[in-house]
Amino acid sequence: MKNLIPKGFAVLTLLAASLLHGQRNDSGNTGNGKRLFVQNGCYECHGYVGQGGAAGARIAPSSMVAEGFIRYVRRPFGQMPPYTEKVMSDSELTDVWAYLNTLPAAKPAAEIPLLNDSHSK
Amino acid sequence: MGANTVKKTSKSQVDRRGFLKTAAAGVVATIGTTPSSAQAPQSTAAASLPPMSKAAETQAPPPVDAITSDRPGSDFMVDILKSLGVDYVCANPGSTFRALHESLINYGGNKNPELITCCHEESSVAMAHGYAKVEGKPLATLLHGTVGIQHASMAIYNAYCDRVPVFLIAGNLLDATMRRPGVEWLHTAQDLATIVRDSIKWDDTPASLEHFGESAVRGYKIAMTPPMMPVLLIADGSLQENSVDPNHAPHIPRLPVIAPPQGESGAITETARLLVAAQNPVLIADRAARTAHGMALLVELAELLQAPVIDQWGRLNFPTLHPLNHTDRAMPLVANADLILGLELTDFWGTINSFRDQLQRSSSPIAKSDAKLISISAGDLYAKGNFQDLQRFPEVDLAIEADAEASLPSLIEAVKLLLTADRKRTFADRGAKLADTRRSMLDAARAQAAYGWDASPISTARVTAELWEQLKGEDWALVSETAFFSNWPLRLWDVNKYYQYIGGQGGYGVGYGAPAAIGAALAHRKHGRIPVNIQNDGDLMYAPGVLWTAAHHRIPILNVMHNNRAYHQEKMHIQRMANRHQRGITRASIGTSLEDPNIDYAKIAAGMGVYAEGPISNPADLGPAIRRALDVVRRGEPALIDVLTQPR
Repeated sequence: MKNLIPKGFAVLTLLAASLLHGQRNDSGNTGNGKRLFVQNGCYECHGYVGQGGAAGARIAPSSMVAEGFIRYVRRPFGQMPPYTEKVMSDSELTDVWAYLNTLPAAKPAAEIPLLNDSHSK
Repeated sequence: MGANTVKKTSKSQVDRRGFLKTAAAGVVATIGTTPSSAQAPQSTAAASLPPMSKAAETQAPPPVDAITSDRPGSDFMVDILKSLGVDYVCANPGSTFRALHESLINYGGNKNPELITCCHEESSVAMAHGYAKVEGKPLATLLHGTVGIQHASMAIYNAYCDRVPVFLIAGNLLDATMRRPGVEWLHTAQDLATIVRDSIKWDDTPASLEHFGESAVRGYKIAMTPPMMPVLLIADGSLQENSVDPNHAPHIPRLPVIAPPQGESGAITETARLLVAAQNPVLIADRAARTAHGMALLVELAELLQAPVIDQWGRLNFPTLHPLNHTDRAMPLVANADLILGLELTDFWGTINSFRDQLQRSSSPIAKSDAKLISISAGDLYAKGNFQDLQRFPEVDLAIEADAEASLPSLIEAVKLLLTADRKRTFADRGAKLADTRRSMLDAARAQAAYGWDASPISTARVTAELWEQLKGEDWALVSETAFFSNWPLRLWDVNKYYQYIGGQGGYGVGYGAPAAIGAALAHRKHGRIPVNIQNDGDLMYAPGVLWTAAHHRIPILNVMHNNRAYHQEKMHIQRMANRHQRGITRASIGTSLEDPNIDYAKIAAGMGVYAEGPISNPADLGPAIRRALDVVRRGEPALIDVLTQPR
């Protein structure tokens, strides 16, 4: 049956798939990364946009290179539970890393009025 | 007051007895009539009543004292509660304390104390827990025998762990020959207090009203002596329902002024010497401040020494924006300290050691091996062995077994005596550096809060900032703890009055939050304050009926849901296990999520009579919603806003 599918059509299908499911570049598939970030529980400690909180550090945008990110997630030295190769591949972790790097840095707090008046009236 | 009341009642009791004898004789005479005349219409009934027979004149009257009582023992119990200054009694109704309940609402006038209707005994006790943390004195709670105590047990444990006084009264009926068949047997016990004895400080089962009076006052005194904890008094049904002996009025003992234990003078002097000599002292407080005065004393000590303070927030120990509040820098401060003074720390060991929760659990010290460690705590003055709330044994150099707040005045005076001009100069330099660092810490917290600012679900920092915008001009009070909200209110708000923060939960039994907040709000009500409760969603689901209690009793409180649609702490635990076992890392939501369907907290609240709106998922909608809800709270009523939030 496979010989009935023209090669050109297969290439077009792959390209369409990549457009539908997120941008692919040398750094990873950000759309897939976003999906994995939620599905695999990363958001539970780090927040849905990697902003961090009491349970986990801010990780977006990432200050690490992809290899360093993967190395840390495999064997974290803090309280973070490990994500081994058995549960997430290097490619999947790269996608997550790429997704985190699409998240913008925060606006300076000085530009947010609600964050600039801590004192009681 | 009690004795005079008894005398007056005795006289009227005799008069009433005479009246009832006459009335009873009339009834007996009526019973002897023929059926046809007994069913005659009312207008002709009087005309058809036969005259009293001769036999009725000499017949012994029925024992009316056996069916009424003008002075039940439960009236005396109310006298006791009034003498102790109890403001409220929280209760879900139960037959084992039916007489006391009736005495409260009728004899006592339902005022001082007022009966607060709760839908679960856990709510009754947790409300008392929250109230005591604001008002500094206990409420009473009534518990219905075996079933009531068991319902209440988790809340009792929370209060015990949190070292908060609660005055528990449970109904029981020891005399088996007096129990009604069936349910009354199921709701009584030979030793009712055994169910919770490990998590109360003291209990008693009085055998007489005089005994009850003494035990009630003794129990109150014990509860209010640091370390403070719940106490339990069993109010036997026979004591409640039998009449007070008119010839022997029970006495109401007086409550003494209670002086808490202070640190031994030599130990205090040595502590002062070490504090003044230290280069990098750190003051760490958990439940140090029992009152506003305690907070003021800690500020005085810290300012004398220009020493940084770490607040572990068991209570509000230190103003959040004070230049010496360095709570956010706890770990490096502990690591560099040459002297650490712990004031009523729940966990001194955990303060100076880190612990790693991986497959191989391990710990490592944070503090230097030669750092001097001093503890002032009343914890070991009353320690029990079953529950493990004492935490791991800390190896300190000096353990002062005393109440920290009561010990601070003498410590401050001892420090003052040792201050030289040279040390004061050194301290001033240290203080200037600490103030600079404090400013940087606030800037860093604000920068961190800016991340995820416009995200949906809404960031906990955003919720915090939106609330502050509308609270900062009010006399407000935060009646929930903040750990699950990444402590944003304590990192960003100017919290400088003791009553503005309720502190930690104690045993961290889920279900504490909503009722404790409403109990605290009840205490704030008479002061005209605006209580704000950041309410965890899973916690509310334990006993949401407490929202009805708030509506029914017109307790103003703003509830802001921290709706992350999960028992999120447990979800993270399951995630940890899945990762560790290298399987199913996408399945941690099974058994932990509160989704499908999503719970509509606004509908729940509205169904209980509470103004509510939500769910709100757009951060731009928060401010207006808070404004509307605060209008309701200012009118003296509870309100709830359901907010979809980030997990932490």
